[in-house]
Amino acid sequence: MLVVGAGAAGMAAAKGASEKGAHVLLVDNEEWIGGILQQCIHNGFGVHRYKKELTGPEFAAELKSEIPSDVEVKTGTFAHEIVPNEKRAILVSREGIEEVSYESLVYATGARERTFQSLMVPGTRPAGIYTAGQAQRLINIEGYLPGKRALVLGSGDVGLIMARRMYLEGMEVVGVVERLPYPGGLRRNVKQCLEDFDIPLYLSHTVIRVEGYPRLEKVIVAKVDGNFRPIPGTEREFHVDTLVVSVGLIPVKKLVADFVKVRSGVLVSSSGQTSVDSIFAAGNVTTIFDLVDYVAKEGEKAGRSAALLAKGEFRGERLPIRKGKGVKILHPEWYDPSVPLSVYLRVEKPMEKALIRVGKYEIEAEDLTPAEMVNVDVEPPCESEVSVSVTEV
Amino acid sequence: MGKAKRIEKIKCIRCPLGCTLKIKISEDGIEIEGNRCPRGVEFAMQELKDPMRILTTSVKVVGGKLPLVSVKTSGTVPRSKIHDLMGHIKKIKIRAPIKIGDVIEKNILGLGVDLVATRDCDER
Ligand SMILES: Cc1cc2nc3c(=O)[nH]c(=O)nc-3n(C[C@H](O)[C@H](O)[C@H](O)COP(=O)(O)OP(=O)(O)OC[C@H]3O[C@@H](n4cnc5c(N)ncnc54)[C@H](O)[C@@H]3O)c2cc1C
Repeated sequence: MLVVGAGAAGMAAAKGASEKGAHVLLVDNEEWIGGILQQCIHNGFGVHRYKKELTGPEFAAELKSEIPSDVEVKTGTFAHEIVPNEKRAILVSREGIEEVSYESLVYATGARERTFQSLMVPGTRPAGIYTAGQAQRLINIEGYLPGKRALVLGSGDVGLIMARRMYLEGMEVVGVVERLPYPGGLRRNVKQCLEDFDIPLYLSHTVIRVEGYPRLEKVIVAKVDGNFRPIPGTEREFHVDTLVVSVGLIPVKKLVADFVKVRSGVLVSSSGQTSVDSIFAAGNVTTIFDLVDYVAKEGEKAGRSAALLAKGEFRGERLPIRKGKGVKILHPEWYDPSVPLSVYLRVEKPMEKALIRVGKYEIEAEDLTPAEMVNVDVEPPCESEVSVSVTEV
Repeated sequence: MGKAKRIEKIKCIRCPLGCTLKIKISEDGIEIEGNRCPRGVEFAMQELKDPMRILTTSVKVVGGKLPLVSVKTSGTVPRSKIHDLMGHIKKIKIRAPIKIGDVIEKNILGLGVDLVATRDCDER
């Protein structure tokens, strides 16, 4: 079995597969395993899985210690190509090019950040504009500060956490700008990253222009209407040398996108299987998860299913899951009646009290916002089609 | 039940579930709702008195494979002390190798908690 990507999803998949008796090769192009966790030095990881609050690197170390020693791990190894009908992959490392064949494969390549360029904001293209992940890597792994005075665009968790990190390292953080009328990240992060340090949050605002060359000097921000159009006369200027952009993650599905079904991410069933029988996927490459605990859970499941398939003990069914009222994002795409069903969803709008329906099951929930992913676990519903909806009560 | 004098809504940050806690302050005392576990009550009481946080940051490494190693306080510290702590931690330099869980400084600034490494760092 081959696992591509050794973030939380890939590590958990390797563990699950090895425990089911598969011989596993786990590869990652970085020099270490753990993926994005290694640069997330803040705490808030592992509350579900380990019942304690860990930092990213600590979560990675815990998960690593669970991987059986017969799993072969290769870092500094990039999966260059996957040939699905011949079940082989081409790997590139410092030792050269190597071809491996597999019975089943788990694709766990995570997500990359949407860039500032993709937003098509008018103005110069100066130095000083970073994605949050780039800034995080600079500060937390390489030990440099990106600048002196920063504005953050995007209030997802990554943006909020970077606002605090830069502030604590002595940079001036003049604010966080968000085009939605509500924050994009977990509310605990709004509190402990912004409110704790009096960093202003500008909701329903966006960046409309950047100025300065070769280095960023000025960012112009305006209020937006309900369609995200800037409202004339509401512009304000921020004199900053750094703009940190955190405007979303995009699943890295390139290697498999030509032959498995994809939407924004790689589509999978509740057992982690893609539309190609021998290929499984898990983690941020399938949908963007808020919590690493969910990533690890799905990774482990995909690894187990993939191992059973390699042994010829896995049927793999893909019954439809229908997205009903009130649901903005729904994962997984299909359900497999042979395993319990974990559904992950984001609601369309904030709701104080709600009723979540998953097939025949009804679950009460409180305090839902689109920023926070909801996880509902049920026994296999054993229906030919499951519909998921959320209604406010 | 006395009349609620003041109702405050705060976000519990003890874990990523982030319950919304309703704190009702009345003549009869303090009442807390909305917590899904006992830590919520504890958190709300502490927030009213003196907010406490775990600090995570990094420390310079000499002779290591990485230039920095990530660290955290082994327990919570008063939010009001975070600035002093950051100033102090910036001056620390430690020599590789470092193991996850190693104590980098005991009883840092006399706050009763240690500064511990959250990642391994091998020698170069
Ligand atoms: C800033 C930030 C803060 C977060 N905060 C929290 C939090 O407080 N609590 C929490 O629970 N979760 C948090 N998360 C979420 C959680 O960390 C992620 O959802 C999870 O770690 C993703 O794991 P993954 O395995 O899907 O992806 P990744 O960790 O991205 O792993 C993918 C790996 O695949 C490798 N790879 C990609 N392509 C190839 C290839 N072709 N060949 C070989 N290797 C390849 C990459 O190098 C990478 O190592 C946060 C995430 C971010 C970004």
